[in-house]
Amino acid sequence: MKAVGFLMMLAGWFLALAAVVLFDAPPLRAAFVMAGIAVQALGLTLAFRSHLIPREDKK
Amino acid sequence: MPAPKLTEVTTVACLFFIFLVPLAGAGLALMNVGLGRTRSAGHMMMASLLALAVAGIAYFVCGFAWQGFIGGPAHVFSLSGKNWNWIAADPFFFRKLSFDGSATSLTALFQMFCVGLAALIPLGSGADRWHLRASCLSTGVLAAWTYPLFAHWAWGGGWLAQLGVNYGIGRGFLDVGGAGSIQALGGLTALAITWILGPRHGKYSADGMAPAIPGHNSVFVLFGCVLTLVGWFGLNSAGAILFTGGEPSGAALIGINTLLAASASALTAAFITKIRFGKPDASLTANGWVGGLVASSASCAFVSPAEAVVIGSVAGALVTFSVEWFEMRVEVDDPGGAVSVHAVGGIWGLLALGVFGQFQRPVLNVAGDSLPVAMNGIVSGQWLAQLIGVATLLGFVLPMTYFVNRLLNRFYPYRVSIEGERQGMDLHELGAGAYPEFMTHSDEFLQR
Repeated sequence: MKAVGFLMMLAGWFLALAAVVLFDAPPLRAAFVMAGIAVQALGLTLAFRSHLIPREDKK
Repeated sequence: MPAPKLTEVTTVACLFFIFLVPLAGAGLALMNVGLGRTRSAGHMMMASLLALAVAGIAYFVCGFAWQGFIGGPAHVFSLSGKNWNWIAADPFFFRKLSFDGSATSLTALFQMFCVGLAALIPLGSGADRWHLRASCLSTGVLAAWTYPLFAHWAWGGGWLAQLGVNYGIGRGFLDVGGAGSIQALGGLTALAITWILGPRHGKYSADGMAPAIPGHNSVFVLFGCVLTLVGWFGLNSAGAILFTGGEPSGAALIGINTLLAASASALTAAFITKIRFGKPDASLTANGWVGGLVASSASCAFVSPAEAVVIGSVAGALVTFSVEWFEMRVEVDDPGGAVSVHAVGGIWGLLALGVFGQFQRPVLNVAGDSLPVAMNGIVSGQWLAQLIGVATLLGFVLPMTYFVNRLLNRFYPYRVSIEGERQGMDLHELGAGAYPEFMTHSDEFLQR
């Protein structure tokens, strides 16, 4: 889950970069960059969840 | 393209501002010491000093070579007919750097302090459990690779700065005083370090409670705040001159905005903690103060004083709530609040420039860039350039710094033993405590 989270953050960045290169129209470009940020937010959520401490390990 | 030329007056003013920057480092170090435990105080100060030393040496060896300066030699690749400048190609060890007061030489000096400042940020989050030698190793990686790479993209005429010229996205990514390049980068490295180290023993109990482990000296913390203010005046003013082509006369606005953002942020934090806990909390107010400074860094030269107050107020609220969220909800044990203050505050600062920034003068973040000044100072698409910068920090810098530090941790464990943590970092790593006349008491947070 940890690796998936980081891969999603990377994928979101690539999405933002692809939007810059592929689209000239500002609204379309902005929409794709924001989609990239949304993917990164999901990845960050996964990364945070994967770092939660298991209850039995808490002391 | 040659590097921008500075007048004699600008050079002297810039040197003055640069020499203020170490005070920001001193302030952060004092805050980290005050927010930690008594038995790790000497260790924290020692780690701060060594971080500055390692960062300076690593930056001298190869950091500046990879960061470079606007208009300097760089590796470029072409993508759909546009040049993407991704890393500088200067020689190592400052060779071919003329120490003649040029913008390039001033940048090298400025950046040696800035990279030290970025290296101090993760120390606060790894307090009480991070080996001294491991923190030096991690600092070396930050100063030699992570920092120079992102700083080149933002400040060295790299692809983020070129977004305006190449793709018409605002003025390209802008970061006057390092809200992204120094603060967010350091804050995200701090997040990676807390994930790798794990929480301090006794921080989280099986019943889901997270008892507060208070800092040992609020006077250090609050005096550190004052020092950071002076350092930030230098940081923001020197950054505005070197990386956006500003004039020394702009320092008045920058100073006002910096102070207003910090003040609004600290007052917001004090107000929120007073409402929620009945009394204003000193450590959260101090974190709010620095969060305001951090948020002011990106936009201080391009916003009005009223907008700086808004930026600071939002930063104060974000820092206060995110400290609790990180600690209670996602179990990130960050004794210095570095992730909230520097990562959250820095990212907000970058976005705030996109929302509030007005560009009444040409911005020289790329060599030869002569985009016309907008009639009313508002540039369309600046928020998108800032958003792409934030996406780069989250999508490239955070994963990279996490995996590099994790790899190092595999071969060279970062965390001290439970016994070392119980004994305290001062005795365990340095052989002597910072307060030798103090009695050693049992620790209510550690189970024996």
